[in-house]
Amino acid sequence: MNEEKEDSTYEVPIGPIHPALKEPFLIKFKLDGEEVVGADPHPGMNHRGIEFMGMHRNPMKVIPLSERICGICSIVHQHMYTTAAEHAVGIEPTNRARYIRAIMCELERIHSHVLWAGVAAHEIGFDTHLHFTWKIREEVMDLLEYITGNRVNYSMWTIGGVRRDITEDMHPKIFETLEYYEDLYEKLEEIFLNDPSIKMRTKDIGILTEEDALSLCGVGPTVRASGVKKDVRIDQPYSAYGDLDMDYVVPSRYGYEDKGDVFSKTLVRLKEVLQSISIIKQCVEKMPEGEITSEDNKAGLLNKLKNMGGEGIGRIEAPRGEAIHYVRLKEGEEDIDVWKVRASTYNNLATYGPMFMGEQIADIPIIAASIDPCIGCMDRAEITDVNTGETRTYSEEELHELSVQKTEELVDGGIE
Amino acid sequence: MPTQTIYTLIKQLFTEKATNPFPVKYTPDNMHDAAELIEEGKLEINPPVEVPEDFRGKLTYDKESCIGCKLCVRVCPSEALVFKEDEGKVKHYVSRCTFCGQCVNICPQSCFEFTQEFLIAGPDKEAEDLVINP
Repeated sequence: MNEEKEDSTYEVPIGPIHPALKEPFLIKFKLDGEEVVGADPHPGMNHRGIEFMGMHRNPMKVIPLSERICGICSIVHQHMYTTAAEHAVGIEPTNRARYIRAIMCELERIHSHVLWAGVAAHEIGFDTHLHFTWKIREEVMDLLEYITGNRVNYSMWTIGGVRRDITEDMHPKIFETLEYYEDLYEKLEEIFLNDPSIKMRTKDIGILTEEDALSLCGVGPTVRASGVKKDVRIDQPYSAYGDLDMDYVVPSRYGYEDKGDVFSKTLVRLKEVLQSISIIKQCVEKMPEGEITSEDNKAGLLNKLKNMGGEGIGRIEAPRGEAIHYVRLKEGEEDIDVWKVRASTYNNLATYGPMFMGEQIADIPIIAASIDPCIGCMDRAEITDVNTGETRTYSEEELHELSVQKTEELVDGGIE
Repeated sequence: MPTQTIYTLIKQLFTEKATNPFPVKYTPDNMHDAAELIEEGKLEINPPVEVPEDFRGKLTYDKESCIGCKLCVRVCPSEALVFKEDEGKVKHYVSRCTFCGQCVNICPQSCFEFTQEFLIAGPDKEAEDLVINP
């Protein structure tokens, strides 16, 4: 405390509740005036005991439970859980199921990245773009509902394959949606990459260097924006990805600098929407004929899962980066023995440290959103001046207001 | 300076709203009064967005062909299906159902089927239409 007095720095706990960022989370900021000189993330505010719940259920009951870990990545968590369970008992999904799984994962990536673009625009005060992006996101959600029958929490996976087929008469609707995004893509890029006021708020802000990205083990678009070539779909292909033509999405591939700022992260996410469209097209084209599940006898599968022991992992590239599920089954026991989930945001939290360093309070919302966190924050921030002992509270609205104000000031000050 | 942002903003003002206003076109001050007006026929209901063919709506249960094998109870993740020992059939709590459809897939007699019905919310969980085979 005494040391802080001399430094005239003060601490700002931000969190743990904030309605805009989905889940509760706390970051303690050390500030010197307007400048952030330290950021200390404290996860664990949203512990729901979902793994514990899973350990009191049989493997089939856990499939719908696993997709409820996250509202946006529900496909991803189902996929990892079923892969881990398949690995544990030695079941192989059919080839057709592998392709359907890849298509679904990519549809979800489009949905997640378009949603993120809206959230990012909202954080810097462009609510028009929030409404615009969320409106166009409805198209892919409609397609997901058309394929699976559910709008969110699709319940599409089963151990050994998938539960609903993508038949040929579904292809026109899929291509229609992909074309819709292709047509709109230029507009999205114009808005998020070429607009002068958005550029001013995102360029050179929240920089994560390649060195930091590697040493802090960040994952997904967050580190690809820094030029780190890391993508499970290419490094260790799962489902159908091994057969497809794809490359790492890094800014330098498109003639931009691998800077790792908020702008690069936006760029990577937008380019990944294009990549996903191309992957879905390839998958639909190459999809082999055959069964959609290798375990058609579900009652037999239940008994098989009960009588066989083993452990397995499922490792896939979620829209936010690599994530892992671990499952252990005990011989002769109905319930799962151990279930462990490691989501991508857990890795990316560590990158907050260097990203916030030297930035202003008004930039906190956009930098916090730049890793696409799956945890909420900033409902209430309390700033205590240690010199006077005075305490004041920043509400989420005030922080948002500060952020919007900064955009206005920058625009009024003249566009570069 | 005319940018895409300004263009989008102006265009958004004149494009049709993406949201389907449900249940009525203009939100009333009081939903209870609106419900009464609808009953009297003075207010028209704006229909909800159409659901796709394979939609997962409220389940139907064919009690006659059920053989009481309990497989559906074993895979139901939310305990929406409860086995009735005396009768040898299952009881389905619609309010607990998550519409995952694992019972539909596992049932050897195909007793369960999805319908397109989704307007099933209500204040009473034990209401007649929210418990199948009570």
